Amino acid sequence: MTPASTTDGLLASLAPQVLGALVRRFGDFAAAEDAVQEALIAASSTWPDNGVPDEPLAWLTRVARRRLADHYRSSDARQTREELAASWAIEPPEPLGDSDDSLILMFMCCHPSLTATSAIPLTLRAVGGLTTREIAAAFLVPEATMAQRISRAKATVKASAVPFELPTATDRAARLASVLHVLYLMYNEGYATMSGSDLARVDLSNEAIRLTVGVHEALPDEREATGLLALMLLTDARRPARSGPAGELIPLEQQDRSRWNRALIAEGVVLITDCLRQGGLGEYQLQAAIAAVHDQAPTHAATNWAEIAALYRLLERMTANPMVTLNRAVAVAMVEGPRAGLDLLDGIGDRLGDHHRLHAVRAHLLEMAGDRSAAFDEFRLAAANATNRRERDYLNLKIAVLRRG
Amino acid sequence: MRFMLAMNYGGVESDCPMMSEWSPEDIGAHIEFQHVLNDELTRSGELLDAQGLSGPEQAKFVVSDGVNAPVVTDGPFPESKELLAGYRIVEVETLERAIEIAAQMSAAPAFEGKPIQQRIEVRQIMGAPEPEV
Repeated sequence: MTPASTTDGLLASLAPQVLGALVRRFGDFAAAEDAVQEALIAASSTWPDNGVPDEPLAWLTRVARRRLADHYRSSDARQTREELAASWAIEPPEPLGDSDDSLILMFMCCHPSLTATSAIPLTLRAVGGLTTREIAAAFLVPEATMAQRISRAKATVKASAVPFELPTATDRAARLASVLHVLYLMYNEGYATMSGSDLARVDLSNEAIRLTVGVHEALPDEREATGLLALMLLTDARRPARSGPAGELIPLEQQDRSRWNRALIAEGVVLITDCLRQGGLGEYQLQAAIAAVHDQAPTHAATNWAEIAALYRLLERMTANPMVTLNRAVAVAMVEGPRAGLDLLDGIGDRLGDHHRLHAVRAHLLEMAGDRSAAFDEFRLAAANATNRRERDYLNLKIAVLRRG
Repeated sequence: MRFMLAMNYGGVESDCPMMSEWSPEDIGAHIEFQHVLNDELTRSGELLDAQGLSGPEQAKFVVSDGVNAPVVTDGPFPESKELLAGYRIVEVETLERAIEIAAQMSAAPAFEGKPIQQRIEVRQIMGAPEPEV
């Protein structure tokens, strides 16, 4: 008997290799992806009882090819059928599984014509080797809904006629940016749906890290990929301290830093330091650099806030994102005092509207400035506009503490 | 049998004030209670979904005749108390069990540790017709 978790890990690592081999050979991404999915399901239902076959990769490839053959046999295109029949007859031992396959698949799945809502599940299935059921559970949606979302995504990729090859040098930068964006959102999704009560659920943040490691290994000179990996590791290092026993949010300031994962911090710091030494200056690298400053600070008060404020200033110029300005205002307040931070928030409401984070940051700075009554009002506005239960609980607690005085 | 156990912003049948008036300990105990209840219902295999909704300030009402631009009304509304605040969806063997869970929800600890006595709406979710034999 092989424990199911071992089987799952093995399948996840083999799936992109099998899919890569099939797509290279038959050129039909959508049909090959279905066939691989069926082979994975066959493996996960038989391997735990019968044991893993001697050559698991060959086993999976054989089953997937048979399923693909069945698919074409039942289709009407006689010519395709005959061509394929000829190709099955040969059955040569083909060269399988180099890490480029995963990368090519990733470039296909994170195609710019797909929204992240479609690209994330497709990537998890094709490159991550997860089953539709696992992905549906991770996103808390019914399996049928997720199956439909994935099949529509594949139809979109098919219609876009992306060839199964690495994009040319000119397309590569833009496509890599899409891949990194999808992985970034996948990681965040894991944070958002994280729940302590369901340990059986696939952890999207861990999947995102695993896939990002793959991209980084395939493209070690792409500094934004390195930056993203560093950012994920440095953020993940704080995960054990980020929520309390009931899943409640614990802000950075109150986290027990002894619970931070030192090994992840060390790994992330090495990655981002090397990157910056080469003169890197991308969005993920800057975010990772900020995370590294936090992770290396002994306490909240002893954090190098001047450096964080400067990094946020660079990030603000690069992205023009008002949420970055909110974070910068907090850092500036720590260096120059709360009034300086509040000044930065003037006019930002035009761009952010009644966003609860704007009210929460303003409340926090007003509290720092000793204006408890204004802080109280802003916290109430923040709680009323919150769209995340854990944040709302936290804001209500702040209100209660302020009221007590 | 599937039931939606829903609560709205009004319907508190005690003199419990708004949560913004509670002490931090009261709020903590309330959150802990919800967490434990969800855990119990997950372990018993009865919980299908549990969601809290964002506040009335974020709510929008949409009416459309399918031809003209839809009429969208922004919150907050004078009748906010009637808006849905959150729900659990459970799958249970009997109506009695659904009522038992609703009673637990209604007695959640609140202001000064006293039960909130929130009115819980127990509504059966309509299913497919029974298969013909």
